[in-house]
Amino acid sequence: MLQITDLHAAIDGKPILKGITLTVNAGEVHAVMGPNGSGKSTLAQVLAGHPAYEVTSGSVTYNGVDLLELAPEVRAQNGVFLAFQYPIEIPGVTNAYFLRAAYNAIRKSKGLDEVDPMEFLDVVEEKLQLVDMDVSMMSRSVNVGFSGGEKKRNEILQMAVLQPMLAILDETDSGLDIDALRIVANGVNALKRPDNAAIVVTHYQRLLNYIVPDYVHVLANGRIVKSGDKSLALELEARGYDWVLEAA
Amino acid sequence: MSATVSSPVSSTLHFQAQASAFASAASDRAPAPLATLRAAGAEAFARLGFPTTRSEDWKYTSVSSIANTPFVAAQDRAVGTLDAAALEPYTFGGTWPLVVFLNGRYAPALSSIGALPDGVRVMDLATAAIQEPELLARHLGVAAPADRDGFTALNAAFAGEGVLIHVAKEMVTDVPVHILHVTDANGAGVMSHARHLLVAERHAKASVIESYVSLADVSYFTNAVVEVSVDDGATLQLLRIQRESPTAFHVGTVEARQGRDSHFMAFTFQTGAALSRSNVFTVLAGEGCGTTLNGLYMLGSAQHGDHQTRVEHVAPHCFSREAYKGLLDDASHGVFNGKVYVHPEAQKTDGKQTNNTLLLSKEAQIDTKPQLEIFADDVKCTHGATVGRIDETALFYLKSRGVGQLLARQLLMYAFAADVLETIENEAVKEALEQLTMVRFTGETSH
Repeated sequence: MLQITDLHAAIDGKPILKGITLTVNAGEVHAVMGPNGSGKSTLAQVLAGHPAYEVTSGSVTYNGVDLLELAPEVRAQNGVFLAFQYPIEIPGVTNAYFLRAAYNAIRKSKGLDEVDPMEFLDVVEEKLQLVDMDVSMMSRSVNVGFSGGEKKRNEILQMAVLQPMLAILDETDSGLDIDALRIVANGVNALKRPDNAAIVVTHYQRLLNYIVPDYVHVLANGRIVKSGDKSLALELEARGYDWVLEAA
Repeated sequence: MSATVSSPVSSTLHFQAQASAFASAASDRAPAPLATLRAAGAEAFARLGFPTTRSEDWKYTSVSSIANTPFVAAQDRAVGTLDAAALEPYTFGGTWPLVVFLNGRYAPALSSIGALPDGVRVMDLATAAIQEPELLARHLGVAAPADRDGFTALNAAFAGEGVLIHVAKEMVTDVPVHILHVTDANGAGVMSHARHLLVAERHAKASVIESYVSLADVSYFTNAVVEVSVDDGATLQLLRIQRESPTAFHVGTVEARQGRDSHFMAFTFQTGAALSRSNVFTVLAGEGCGTTLNGLYMLGSAQHGDHQTRVEHVAPHCFSREAYKGLLDDASHGVFNGKVYVHPEAQKTDGKQTNNTLLLSKEAQIDTKPQLEIFADDVKCTHGATVGRIDETALFYLKSRGVGQLLARQLLMYAFAADVLETIENEAVKEALEQLTMVRFTGETSH
């Protein structure tokens, strides 16, 4: 599904990613871990197309097309989804309106009819239960006045409604208490299918108690310095990052 | 510009001649409070004339296009008429007391003051001058004295059209009174000088909507003054909605005087007029009172919109909150100047002011200036101004959900505006202004 080859990226001329190579196949969950400043959030942002990052070399192929050539909205319409570490507040625009606008934009790109507000409510209702959100949240302005946990649940709700092929979760677990973490993780697990994939960027092993990865990668200084299965995450939790960094 | 507005005339002579003609025609019969104000206004205007850009308060706004146009006083025209249904889009679906001014003249046939809540009195200024001379003597020309500046002087010289809203002590009402100024094609070339008096006595609570709309794309000049008295413990909300014709000129001044523990809130919504100037001035004269001045301006083409606020902290323990936001497109020009003046006695003053503007085109510009003059030592005053373009990360957030560039930008423009509209407590007005804003930026109504 996704082939990242020797990817280099910079922000304001400062190199952050220094040669990332990673393959993600359908049905897989990859965890990307690493210390602060290792570039793991940058990787997530670059895959979704944040304009602040400049890809200086390397390639990303997604379902056979050059992902880096696509505008962010076209990536989304083709099934790429980024759950933000810091979701944006949009005053005055209701959650229902925004999510329906996104849902319809994606449908339209596939040549499908747009849905009206009533039809959309049916689409959303079951997904709300998945993340334990009340329907009243749909008539509130996007993320305005939401608690940290509500914002993250809202990200997962969006993901559930938009049904991406490739979901990228950027530190979705940061700042969550254990209950919120469990809800978020359950949401992610429920959406797992043989034909989609997820990249879970996290600073802590804790999330991986709930979302079990097929692969764990350790990023340091803009490169993947170690890859393994889920046991690597446990080892990192027990021993910290230093031994990996020294070995690299 | 309309055909009825012909060759330019020089400076203030035209306006002085109009004022003296008006004075000799009307003042003989005018009740004392109005006659006094007119005389003071005519004298002050002859002395002050129109402000120029040499004056610090008018540095960014030239009014020569007003000064050089021979407008005709509203009172020189008969009170017109109109199909009341034409007003429906502008009444917010409310069955509130409605006072209509058509082309600058009080239009009783279009007004529906109806059954007022106990303790609330609403009457046009001419009637009030006869029935309530003492009340007028106490308030008329007090918060906004005739010699304040050229425009206020000119307004005083033509005093006669307006409304008195009086809320007796301890009367609390959540039914707003709507003062609706309408201009139609017959208003071309007219200048109107409404002067409204809003009086909330001790511990009263009331709200007023003051709106300006146009049914025809004609040029005219509105020069309105609202004098506000908020007595001890009273609360008054004023919603000002300026949607004049795109070729109109609008100067709107609010001057308030607040007593102990009172609260005055003014929201200024501005989308209309070729040239507009809003002045909201308040004096926090009694201990523990507060004022909240918010505003939203959305301009395009070559519109010029100027916002001045002045909060005078005279007494200690008072607060002031100001949030003005603007979206400027095309070659429009915005001005914001927020003065906070803290007198030596006004210890424990708590003042906060922000002005945020989004520039939507390369030609749009804003001159923003907070102006704090603080003469007390134990105060907390902050101000912040931002001028920017649409936030790239927010734009990316929307696009990362599949929303295209155009709609993403539109939604963020709307969101920027909606943020300050949310401070409006009147739900019907808030929703109407949200809809207007949504349509302005996205072309559709639902959200």
